[in-house]
Amino acid sequence: MANGVLVIADLRGSTPKRVTFETIGAARSVAQALGGPVQVALVGGPGVAAAAGPLGETGVDEIIVAESPDLAQYSAESYTDAIQQLTDANSPAVVLLSATPHGRDVAPRVAARLGIAYAADVTRIDVLDGQVVVTRPVYSGNAIASVALDSQPSIVTVRPGAYPVAPRQAGTSAGKQTTFSVNIEYAPGAKVVEFQEVKSERPDLSEASVVVSGGRGMGSAENFAMIEELADLLGAAVGASRAVVDAGWRPWGEQVGQTGKTVNPNLYIACGISGAIQHLVGMRTSKYIVAINKDPEAPIFKVADYGIVGDVFTVLPLLTEEVKKVKSQ
Amino acid sequence: MNIIVLVKSVPDPAVKVTVKNNQIVEDGLAWEPNPYDENSTEEAIRLKEKFGGKVTLITLGPKRAEETLKKQLALGADEGILVSDPAFDGSDELAVARILAAAIEKQGPYDLIFAGLTGVDWNQGVVGPAVAEALAIPHVAYVVGVEVNGQTARVTTEVDGGREIQEVDLPAVLTSMQNLNVPRYASLKNIMAVKRKQIPVWGAADLGIDPGQVGPNTVQTQLKSLVPPPERAAGRIIPGAPDEAVKELVRALQEEAKVI
Repeated sequence: MANGVLVIADLRGSTPKRVTFETIGAARSVAQALGGPVQVALVGGPGVAAAAGPLGETGVDEIIVAESPDLAQYSAESYTDAIQQLTDANSPAVVLLSATPHGRDVAPRVAARLGIAYAADVTRIDVLDGQVVVTRPVYSGNAIASVALDSQPSIVTVRPGAYPVAPRQAGTSAGKQTTFSVNIEYAPGAKVVEFQEVKSERPDLSEASVVVSGGRGMGSAENFAMIEELADLLGAAVGASRAVVDAGWRPWGEQVGQTGKTVNPNLYIACGISGAIQHLVGMRTSKYIVAINKDPEAPIFKVADYGIVGDVFTVLPLLTEEVKKVKSQ
Repeated sequence: MNIIVLVKSVPDPAVKVTVKNNQIVEDGLAWEPNPYDENSTEEAIRLKEKFGGKVTLITLGPKRAEETLKKQLALGADEGILVSDPAFDGSDELAVARILAAAIEKQGPYDLIFAGLTGVDWNQGVVGPAVAEALAIPHVAYVVGVEVNGQTARVTTEVDGGREIQEVDLPAVLTSMQNLNVPRYASLKNIMAVKRKQIPVWGAADLGIDPGQVGPNTVQTQLKSLVPPPERAAGRIIPGAPDEAVKELVRALQEEAKVI
């Protein structure tokens, strides 16, 4: 009988990413409604067990260490084998991953392998009459789908930022810690051989609590220095519209919108962004939106909580000065 | 190289879809190639230009998807195949992947298959990895760079905090991101040539697919509702001279919103 929720932790080496704590938060609410334990599996190479410390502080029922030299480098095929074997052995009602690049790379392959229902990038999971029902933004966020998953197990990836992180208590550990031996029979045809870290003093765009974003109205790549100054003052990430990225003013990784990143910060400051539908879908779930644009008819003002109609080159430096002033008080 | 590109026909991404009675309003909707699939097609054509070979586009969809397929063909692909059968209607992504895998096998030998990272319509991102699983070949998602060396490829992906390089045995499925390349425009000559092109249509019988194994029968999810997103309440425009407006904005962010 399928029972409980199995979380596949998203790790960088043996360090759990912030999203893993969010996914554990989601798992806990599902497990409470469905019954059964929250199990967290650490899939990776030797040493991955170290992640059990911080993850155990959430007080989950079980941490399963599935380490193998064959899993030291990420490979969709080997990780599919591991998750399939973990799922078969534990019979969870739901398998949860974070909707990160690795999560969204491997989860659909596991779904295909097991022939089970899959929902990607969900923002909410409910249990209604014993059935798992997920909420998913579709059509680039222009529609919200509510989808019931009929198979047991089913597999779901949870959107970063959708759930608060599970609270942690120092000194707490998981109910139990077990090991699981994964059997990788075939060498994978594709695997990671190198990681090129992009070092940044700024927070990751998809995890930042403040984002300062610039659009075509910024005029040039050089003018983004103004955006960066305000961002650094606020401890914010820098975002950009597609037009800006296409023009080569900013790297692709900063693109917010339909084919870029979806962000969910407490504060989103849009500078010289008109607010095309493709951009709005990437940021409109921000808690507060500020728009600075010289065109009073710009669609961005329709979603902004606070707007200033004016020349961004006048307003933005004034804003930076004012923030400096209040920060120093 | 024989390169396959999976192309999906989606509602025009530049237009806001409207929702009524738990479905999108299709009246007057234009159908376009999924944006990520344009990057796939571009990459396939570049590889063909470098190594020779053939680029075949495969689209699964209703008859109207032929127009989308032709739009992509005009970028410079060689062949297009429309996979279409009323029996396929209502299939879930896993069934779609099985049907596409059957079409890929039917069209002959292949070295590389491109799919989009995800469809901008339903945003599941299943088809690429699931086709690879059905064909028992590797896949790599989130691809931003491809370098082919004989029977292997060095593939760059975009991940949290940086980029990863994967060594990949071919054939394999790669799913394209938007920053993989900048797709070219179709030439007038190609657009004219494509107009006259006959697109073969393959159905369940052509692919040896049992209609009972696809379509609504095998679907394991139920759509409970499809609704518009909650509207954001209209905010306020802060009036006044720029320095006054900025002061008021910062005050509001501190005292009302409490976000700085």
